[in-house]
Amino acid sequence: MPISIEEVDRIAQLAKLSFTEEEKWELAEQLAKIVEYVEKINELDLEHVPPTTHVIELTNVMREDEVRPGLSQEEALMNAPAKKLGFFSVPKVIG
Amino acid sequence: MSPAELDYRTLRARLERGELRVREVVEACLDMVERRKELNAFISVQAEAALRQAEIVEQRLRKGNAGRLAGMVLGVKDNIAIAGGRTTCGSRMLANYVSPYSATVIERILAEDAILLGKTNMDEFAMGSSNETSYFGPTRHPKDPERVPGGSSGGSAAAVAACQCTAALGSDTGGSVRQPAALCGVVGLKPTYGRVSRYGLVAFASSLDQIGPLARTVYDASLLTEVICGYDPRDSTSVNLEPPAILQKLEKGVRGLRIGLPREYFASGLQEEVREAILSAARSLETLGAHVTEVSLPHTEYAIATYYILATAEASSNLARYDGARYGYRSPRCSTLEDMYFRSRSEGFGPEVKRRIMLGTYVLSAGYYEAYYRKAQKVRTLIRRDFLEAFEKCDVLLTPTSPTTAFRIGEKLGDPLTMYLSDVYTVSVNLAGLPAVSIPFGRDSRGLPIGAQIIGPTFAEALVMQVAAALEQEGRTN
Repeated sequence: MPISIEEVDRIAQLAKLSFTEEEKWELAEQLAKIVEYVEKINELDLEHVPPTTHVIELTNVMREDEVRPGLSQEEALMNAPAKKLGFFSVPKVIG
Repeated sequence: MSPAELDYRTLRARLERGELRVREVVEACLDMVERRKELNAFISVQAEAALRQAEIVEQRLRKGNAGRLAGMVLGVKDNIAIAGGRTTCGSRMLANYVSPYSATVIERILAEDAILLGKTNMDEFAMGSSNETSYFGPTRHPKDPERVPGGSSGGSAAAVAACQCTAALGSDTGGSVRQPAALCGVVGLKPTYGRVSRYGLVAFASSLDQIGPLARTVYDASLLTEVICGYDPRDSTSVNLEPPAILQKLEKGVRGLRIGLPREYFASGLQEEVREAILSAARSLETLGAHVTEVSLPHTEYAIATYYILATAEASSNLARYDGARYGYRSPRCSTLEDMYFRSRSEGFGPEVKRRIMLGTYVLSAGYYEAYYRKAQKVRTLIRRDFLEAFEKCDVLLTPTSPTTAFRIGEKLGDPLTMYLSDVYTVSVNLAGLPAVSIPFGRDSRGLPIGAQIIGPTFAEALVMQVAAALEQEGRTN
């Protein structure tokens, strides 16, 4: 199935990625090829097959809601690209 | 023989007898890293910390209270956090990221007195089968620098094969421990999903990711597995079971065991020399008293398609956290918040990671979720059932790990789909959550190693390694 440039734009917008025109053409072609390949699974009759989300039996893991030590403010901010007065600093939100 | 070349059992005996000091082992490994710098197996080496740790471990050895891994020099894949050190994930996105905490596996190996030598190179965010997508440049194959070591734990495999460390940790989402182990000629195990805590492992595809050991012997890989397995309340998918007792099984042999050869794993696309090596491994096991039977895993041909839908979907969600706000790369050229997201992600991620995020976003997007993601989850059920049915007829499966031996750098990089097909024999195991090991068995006409894969039922690590030990013995005597 071909993937259009508009489709690439739409997905890129959702994924918060930007590409040059050249990259978009290349991606459209590569994604189409991969999608065509994965459509192989349509050969199977899956109507009555239950989906697997996890391979091991999982139940909710609960614990008491107790205060436990975590990262200090300093540790939490140590990798911040920009910080101000003990907060993460980002560009203005309203353009 | 340099102490860097010793397997751990020999090494430990010499350390215990005082014939060797831990410091000498660390220095020998550092020397190997320096001598074969062109391999680019390590992203960072912490020489001073390793030498300091060596002194502490030496004291414990002399007092007789040293842990199970005392003096084992380890490389750690750079997507596993060590507190205070960089965890780059082979990406520009995390090139300067310093972990504020350690992964559970790191706490466990340090508690047993292992020595951390450094962080090994990898495909960016573990996405690749050749180590070519690393932001820090490709890792080279120790036997032929024009070839790839496999991936994504290619740095760990190359470092172990080149004797730059005694053993290493990697992570395996679709074959990323086993395939590079096969290509480099070392032992690599992916434990059952849930055996090893993922706390402190940078997430790629959370329902598939599992940390595993790489080593030069089955014994060393087994020992390391025993240490890293175990329940961890910090990982909600961690299984509450005792770690497997593997070492006590290694010499039990294979007499009476039923070995299944899945016919779909010997179909077209398999390098002839690899096929011959695996069939010869089967004959060896037969000679040792095992029964070899042919079995079928009928949905094998859908595994790659299923894997690349599920893994990219999970990755697109997991990698949404890299937004330039709290940690990781932030583009210096951004004027608004939205702009910061787009530029930081587009400049911070490499082409393969972006391609997979795009594919994952596509299969999860409105109108496609049912057509791709939901269907792939159902095929996952069929693939799991295939294995359950096969294990009614046999105890373990024997297959090739990789369809070919190490390929040339650049050979598959331009064609993502061809690269994905390198994982054809490994991804099903992740989809089904099973344990599987790759061990070296024979070489091709160029002298490049061939890997044999042994797949077992859920939690059967000890059985898988028991068969691996028998094959290792055969490989040595042949």
